[in-house]
Amino acid sequence: MTGLGPHWVFIVAAYLGVALVTGLTIWSVVASARRIEARIARLEAETRPHVVAAGRPN
Amino acid sequence: MSSVAEKPNWFSRLANPGQFLIWSRLVNRPLAVVTGLVFVAGLYYALLHSPADYQMGETVRIMYIHVPNAWLSQFVYGVMVVSALGSLVWRHPMADVSMKAAAPLGAVFTGLALYTGSLWGRPTWGTFWEWDGRMTSTLVLFFIYLGLIALWRAFDDQLRAGRIVAVFTLIGAINIPIVKFSVDWWHTLHQPASVFTPEGPHMPMSILMPLLIMTLAFTLLFTSLQLLSMQVEVRRRRLATMEKRRAYAAGTPN
Repeated sequence: MTGLGPHWVFIVAAYLGVALVTGLTIWSVVASARRIEARIARLEAETRPHVVAAGRPN
Repeated sequence: MSSVAEKPNWFSRLANPGQFLIWSRLVNRPLAVVTGLVFVAGLYYALLHSPADYQMGETVRIMYIHVPNAWLSQFVYGVMVVSALGSLVWRHPMADVSMKAAAPLGAVFTGLALYTGSLWGRPTWGTFWEWDGRMTSTLVLFFIYLGLIALWRAFDDQLRAGRIVAVFTLIGAINIPIVKFSVDWWHTLHQPASVFTPEGPHMPMSILMPLLIMTLAFTLLFTSLQLLSMQVEVRRRRLATMEKRRAYAAGTPN
C-alpha cells in the first residue's frame, strides 16, 4: 500500500459504512433469534411446565 | 397400495422445518467462524497487500466491497426466484420461509452496492450519481426488495402473503437481466463487465484475488444470515401456532 492519497475519505467512508450496516444487520438477525427463543421458552414454561422440567426435546 | 413406505429423499429430509432447525443450528457456528476467517484474509489482501490501480489509484480498494455487494444484490434475488418457484410449484413451506428471510438481506446488500458505488463514482467519474442503465436498474432492484418486504408485512395470513409475494418476485425478476446486461446494451458511464466475460477476467491476478476472496466472504456472510433468518422465521411461525393454541385453550369453556 503506497498511502491512501487525496481520496482517502471516500475509501474510509465506504469501508466504515459497509462495516456499520453489516454489523447492524448481523446484530439485528442474532437479536431476533434470541428474542424468539426467549419467547418460546417463556410460553413453553407457562403451557407445558412438565416438559420444560424434564428437559427440552430437540 | 405398496406395503413398503416410500422413504423421503435427502432433500425432503433437509427441507423439513424440524430437520432444518436441527442441521442448520449445527452449521451456524462453524459457518460463522469460516466467514470471519475469510473476511480477515480478504481485508488483508484488499487493504494491505493489493497494489493501487494504474488509473484509479487507491480508490480501487472500494471495488473490493462494491463488487461483492453488487453480486449479492442479484444473487439474493436469484435465491428468491428459486424460492418463489418452490412456493408456487411445490408449495413447500420452507420455500416461503427462504423467500421471506432473503428479502431484507437482499435490500441491505443492494443498498450497500449503491452506497459504495456512489462513493467510488465521485473520485473516479466526478459524480456520486448518474441515471445510467446499471445504476438506475440497481435502484429499481432496491425498491423491488423494499416493495416485497412491505408486501409480506401487509398480510396477517402468511400463507396468502407467500403466494402473492412469490408472484411479484417472479414478475420483478424481469429486472435482473436488465441489471446484468445494461452495461452491454447501452453505452453508459458504468464500466462493462470485467470479471465474468467470455474472454475471462480483465484484471491482473493481484487485484482479482482479493476481489474473489471478498466476494466469497460476503457470500458466506449471506449464507450464514440467511440460515439464521430462516431459523427465526420457522420459530416465529411455531410461536404463532403455540400462541393460537393457548388462546384457543383459554377461550374454550370447561
